[in-house]
Amino acid sequence: MSAKKKTEKAAKAAPKKETEAPEVNLVPIYVMGKRYEVPEGFTLMKAMEHAGYKFIRGCGCRGGTCGACGTVYRKPGDYRLQVALACQKTVEPGMHITQIPFFPANRALFEFEKLTEAPEEVFKLYPELFRCVACNACTKACPQGIEVMDAVSALKQGNIAGAAEIAFECIQCGLCTGRCFGELMQYHMFQLARRIYGSRIAPRAEHLADMTEAIDGGRYDECLDGLIAMKENELKKLYQDREVEPVTAGEDWTPKDRTYL
Amino acid sequence: MDTMKLAYYPGCTLKTKAANLEEPALASLEALGFRLDEIDRWNCCGAVYSLADDDLIHQVAPVRNLIRARQQGNDRVVILCSFCLNALKRANLLMKGDAEKRDTLNRFMDEEPEYTGEVRVLHLLEVLRDDIGWETLSKKVKQPLRGLKLAPYYGCTLLRPREVAIDNVENPSVMQDFLAALGATPVEFPESTRCCGSYQVVGNPGDIPGYARDILRSAGRRGAEGLVLTCPLCDYDLGKGQQELVKKEGFPGMPLFYFTQLLALALGLDPAVCRFDLNFGDPEAFLQEKGVISAEPTPQKTGGKA
Repeated sequence: MSAKKKTEKAAKAAPKKETEAPEVNLVPIYVMGKRYEVPEGFTLMKAMEHAGYKFIRGCGCRGGTCGACGTVYRKPGDYRLQVALACQKTVEPGMHITQIPFFPANRALFEFEKLTEAPEEVFKLYPELFRCVACNACTKACPQGIEVMDAVSALKQGNIAGAAEIAFECIQCGLCTGRCFGELMQYHMFQLARRIYGSRIAPRAEHLADMTEAIDGGRYDECLDGLIAMKENELKKLYQDREVEPVTAGEDWTPKDRTYL
Repeated sequence: MDTMKLAYYPGCTLKTKAANLEEPALASLEALGFRLDEIDRWNCCGAVYSLADDDLIHQVAPVRNLIRARQQGNDRVVILCSFCLNALKRANLLMKGDAEKRDTLNRFMDEEPEYTGEVRVLHLLEVLRDDIGWETLSKKVKQPLRGLKLAPYYGCTLLRPREVAIDNVENPSVMQDFLAALGATPVEFPESTRCCGSYQVVGNPGDIPGYARDILRSAGRRGAEGLVLTCPLCDYDLGKGQQELVKKEGFPGMPLFYFTQLLALALGLDPAVCRFDLNFGDPEAFLQEKGVISAEPTPQKTGGKA
């Protein structure tokens, strides 16, 4: 028996220490061109941390919502650059990754109070809009699956509401801007569109104003004072015994106790 | 007439500054038993057809619109703006006739279905001429524009280059026939197919009055009381130019109309659909004087360029 085999046998026979990490498969990835072996199943973000990177920027919610961790990657054998949020995409063997968490794209300054719903507001603040050649690279780069080019087209057509609607799920990661032939700053334009839409175009929720007025007028004071004065166990019981709207309830459902409706 | 659906490509300007070109067209077509069915997800036409032989990236925008029209099962698409017409029609010819460039463009747009120029690109005037016919149109006229001496202004993009012209390049008649069908008196003038200055004036705004002077004065000398347009850029250049001429040269002023506004009026539709608030000058005063519209003010929407 060779010395090597002996060692292997000894290692197998030895009881595992409790502190020893469970066996994991490692996959090779390249972060900014340097090879690392990282555990399979890790997200790109965790893989980078495993490789020694420490994020003080380019990392936010870790839940695919904040848009802070835009990342470009390419898989072996494919010329295409692909995009993902580092906190969402898991590693694949041989992939090259580079985080591009921020773009120094120009963001127009404006006085919000003076903005109107006119299409020209967007044209004036972002004249680059008209540099779009409809190449659709922005759409292909969107990790949110937004039809980015359609939203740009809507802005050109003066349809601010349409742009706000199409780009509603934009998390402003900026990857579209990174791929743009015309050097547009789509994500900033869409934010402007959503702000104009929300403040100048979308119908006001009148019932909200009514309710605010009712609260200010003291309609719920007695109820709230009562709750504040309650002992903790009374409050818990009240909460547990509350009437919950059934899942199958229709629009006309109302609770049995209608004191405050 | 049965209700007929026509795939429709509007173009960006018709949705903003030139709603007075689009809105009367939509109302008129409906009155004629057609329905303009706006294609989904259209983008800018590219505005200017790129003449550089190897500049294919600027063909992507017009071709993508043709693909959208095709995707919705259309074999023809109608356009009102003559600039959009020109860009889409020429890009379509490229896709039809140049196998190598077609292949390059199709491969670039790998997210779209293959396109080989199947859609026919038409101007609304062609639909009125060929689908409806002048005789039928004249029978649908409820308020003939009698006594209106109007000069058709073709500009460039309806007729040039030859391979995309909607009519005889040298001697077009489609707009005269259109105006005659509406009961108006067409006034021919030699500058009818002269360039308005197009987008060249963007860099040289001082040139605008020069283009407008030749065109408007020529039409006026031949007795025209108004000029009929198909293109928002012609409207801008001739409108802006006219303002200068009125201010500095004592030009009496000539109302500018989109052909679709005249169509709507002749079909007896509510003048409010014409959106005269977006016209240069005061065409309503002229129409009132001629008894085409009543003196009551039409409800004005927001906007207005003058």
